[in-house]
Amino acid sequence: MLRKIRIALAVIFWLGITLLLLDFTGALHGWLGWMAKVQFLPAVLALNVAVIVGLVLLTLVFGRVYCSVICPLGVFQDGVAHLNVARKRRKKDRKPYGYSPEVKWLRYGVWALFVIALIAGVQALVALLAPYSAWGRIVQNLFQPVYLWVNNLFAALAERAGSYAFYEKEVWLRSLPTFIVAATTLVVVVILAWRNGRTYCNTICPVGTTLSFFSRFAMFRPVIDADKCKNCKVCEHNCKAACINIAEHKIDYSRCVDCFDCLEDCKFGALKYRYAWGRKEIPSPAAPVRNDNAPVTPGEAKESQGRRAFITGAALAVGTAALKAQEKKVDGGFAVILDKEVPVRDIPLTPPGSKSVKDFYRRCTACQLCVAECPNNVLRPSTDLKHFMQPEMSYERGYCRPECTRCSELCPTGAIRKINKEEKTQYHVGTARVNAELCVVEQGVECGNCARHCPAGAIRLVKDEATGYRRPVVNEERCIGCGACENLCPARPISAITVNGRHNHIEE
Amino acid sequence: MERRDFIKISGAGALALGAAAVGCAPKKAATAPAEEGPEEMVLRENPVNGDKVSLLGFGCMRWPMVEKDGQRVIDQEAVNEMVDYAIEHGINYFDTSPAYLMGQSEKAAGIALSRHPRDKYYIATKLSNFNNATPEASIQMYKDSFEQLKTDYFDYYLLHAIGSGGVAAFEQRYVQNGMMDFLVKEKEAGRIRNLGFSFHGAPGEFDELIGLHDSGKYHWDFVQIEMNFVDWNHADGRRNANASYLYEELDKRGIPIVIMEPLLGGRLANVPEAIATQMKEREPDKSIASWAFRFCGTQPRVLCTLSGMTNMDPLLDNVKTFTHFKPLTEEELDFLERMATQMMEYPTVNCTDCKYCMPCPWGIDIPGIFKHYNTSVTEGRYPQTQEQKDYQKLKKAYLVSYNRAIPTLRQAEHCIHCGECLSHCPQSIPIPRELQRINRYIEKLKQDTL
Repeated sequence: MLRKIRIALAVIFWLGITLLLLDFTGALHGWLGWMAKVQFLPAVLALNVAVIVGLVLLTLVFGRVYCSVICPLGVFQDGVAHLNVARKRRKKDRKPYGYSPEVKWLRYGVWALFVIALIAGVQALVALLAPYSAWGRIVQNLFQPVYLWVNNLFAALAERAGSYAFYEKEVWLRSLPTFIVAATTLVVVVILAWRNGRTYCNTICPVGTTLSFFSRFAMFRPVIDADKCKNCKVCEHNCKAACINIAEHKIDYSRCVDCFDCLEDCKFGALKYRYAWGRKEIPSPAAPVRNDNAPVTPGEAKESQGRRAFITGAALAVGTAALKAQEKKVDGGFAVILDKEVPVRDIPLTPPGSKSVKDFYRRCTACQLCVAECPNNVLRPSTDLKHFMQPEMSYERGYCRPECTRCSELCPTGAIRKINKEEKTQYHVGTARVNAELCVVEQGVECGNCARHCPAGAIRLVKDEATGYRRPVVNEERCIGCGACENLCPARPISAITVNGRHNHIEE
Repeated sequence: MERRDFIKISGAGALALGAAAVGCAPKKAATAPAEEGPEEMVLRENPVNGDKVSLLGFGCMRWPMVEKDGQRVIDQEAVNEMVDYAIEHGINYFDTSPAYLMGQSEKAAGIALSRHPRDKYYIATKLSNFNNATPEASIQMYKDSFEQLKTDYFDYYLLHAIGSGGVAAFEQRYVQNGMMDFLVKEKEAGRIRNLGFSFHGAPGEFDELIGLHDSGKYHWDFVQIEMNFVDWNHADGRRNANASYLYEELDKRGIPIVIMEPLLGGRLANVPEAIATQMKEREPDKSIASWAFRFCGTQPRVLCTLSGMTNMDPLLDNVKTFTHFKPLTEEELDFLERMATQMMEYPTVNCTDCKYCMPCPWGIDIPGIFKHYNTSVTEGRYPQTQEQKDYQKLKKAYLVSYNRAIPTLRQAEHCIHCGECLSHCPQSIPIPRELQRINRYIEKLKQDTL
């Protein structure tokens, strides 16, 4: 029964978060946005005390149910592991797993590295290790394109039927390096889960390790009744966390993710999930686990690295080919329009709602939720090593429209604070500057499109004495950095008016 | 969408309606039973030379295009089929130009028409020397037309779209380069049977052109004007002359008139729902488009009404209108005048989708944007206020259909107001201003500030 409840809740959470990451219409975040906000690392970065305390208490009472229910990457691994276990069962292999001791140096080493990275603000490393960030980039980079292609198929059908229920959404590769990292993450996680169940969660995942500090003392735990146990080891061989040691009748609660599989496996009623405080026979959490076997995981890690390199190359080739084919051709009857190129920005552009560039990058977990959601094709993962995979804005395909506050409504970490469209005008995320040499006025064409479309009224046209044409000038005080001018500038491939970021976006 | 749907709606019901030659008294014709006499295309006699011209002419500017090897080319098979049907049903006037359909129209017309005896039809084509009016280029264009159309004479030859640019443009394109003298000689040699011009412009400009006729400097055998029940009295009158004025001036002088834009590029076939309902109340079995054609055919000085038929459906409907032709009564003319007044209240753009403005140097799909806007307005997919009951639904419909119709980079917000298009528009639409008006509307929709 407990197992069924766990599975049902896990499916709900997993579907909810995955759908949230796939959605591009903004229809779901009102319903599902909270699922991202109760994720552990986002809550820590948002200094969301209520959620942190709640999750710690949850773990202190029930153990690491977070890892089995709330964490989408954990649930995903369970799914992958289940497939392999089912396969093995068909082959009459009844021992898919076995007990292995904790790989302490790796587990606590990674955790220490993670904490240092978090404090030092090396967010790329944080994002690389954190489970929610990993799942976010996997979904946004690898699954969302498929979701969008299916949507576009429906959109084409809807168009034929004269319906407006579905509309087409451009599919484009936002950042190749992030795509490669996402593909690699997926491959590594799938391999680890397929072979050894919860290896990632119990040796690499910093959230899992953090929660393990509390789960050792959990009020309710699966407990082995040594009197009833017949030492058949069914539970041990089916424990994907490899934490049941039947030889000693002990369970490593730091690694147990409370999946409750073992409770149903035991035919003798020797395993019970029950109140466990104050019981003498419970092994001390500090007690060292026997470590006479050679550690398995590092070797595996090495092997998977070799594979990683190969798969990276393959994914790169396949990925780019598939995405290129989506680009639309220009109709012969029209003037050809060149694609815009990304201009040089000395300071990156981060979305309105972010207090400052520094604050934004300090809090962001690079979960790609905002990138997946951005309806104007403005947000994309940065390729700058300092902010690798964390989002930045650019205006080649659209601009940050005045009525849109979707990323701010979604961001689970508070990197983008929740704002409404009136508050949005208070954020000064960048400043436009004019490159007179590129302006079409230089070719003798009257234009003024930047001034015409500036929502802040920051651009004025002044008469150029030399040419007699009116060229744009920017009032830096009024400019909010939305990029309407840059996006709608007819100069291509580099706009004659471009937006540079600002360090601080709002005075408080 | 457009005509076809309306024709489908009007359906098969029109079969039983009475047929009448144009000479019959209108009231009698309306009640005449179907079996009275053969159903034949109405012919109008050119009083100058006795040509018997079908009141419905085929305009060769809107033929269907297909994608072939990455190029947009005319669907010749469809054109052949339509031309065969047209000739079989009495249409004998075909109007083309070297400029139409990216320069492909004349050739396609030549292929389709040369499959029929040359004395079965009249060919009208034009000297479309807009971009290069040097004598060499103009004469080359004239000569090429013979080759393209596989003929050694033109029945009707037009100076293409005079008016915009005034008499100065006329002088530049036809007089200073000696083309008028050349064409007059060609007419004497019999290679041009009728010489005239097509007109888009202000009344003053028209007066000057017709003054050349009055003074005997040039003789206009016919004139082609834009006429329909809206432009009759509701052209803006300043940049574009009312058709009633042009008609009367030509009628006074006995000059035969050829009509273009009888449907305003299809806009008088796809009229707002309120107007369509009133038309259907009166003539439930006739298409909406038939009203516009009957309006033109009712005027006796009209020699031919050109319709740019894109496929068989409008062709069938128009043939039906002109074989069972029923001129409008005074009362019906008043009704159409009321409909025209009502139509003027809709904020549509007076674009006929002729594509003369294209290609826009900055890549904007000008006629596409206007067409989407006009269709949305006339079909009621056009939110007017946020308080409206189905505002959100209409908003989505408008924005989604806009993105479907026009690629993002070709939308109105990218118009930089360079003004390149202005001189090309025969309707004198202030294109950049209208694009900006539509974009402001779209911005209001997007920002919910309507």
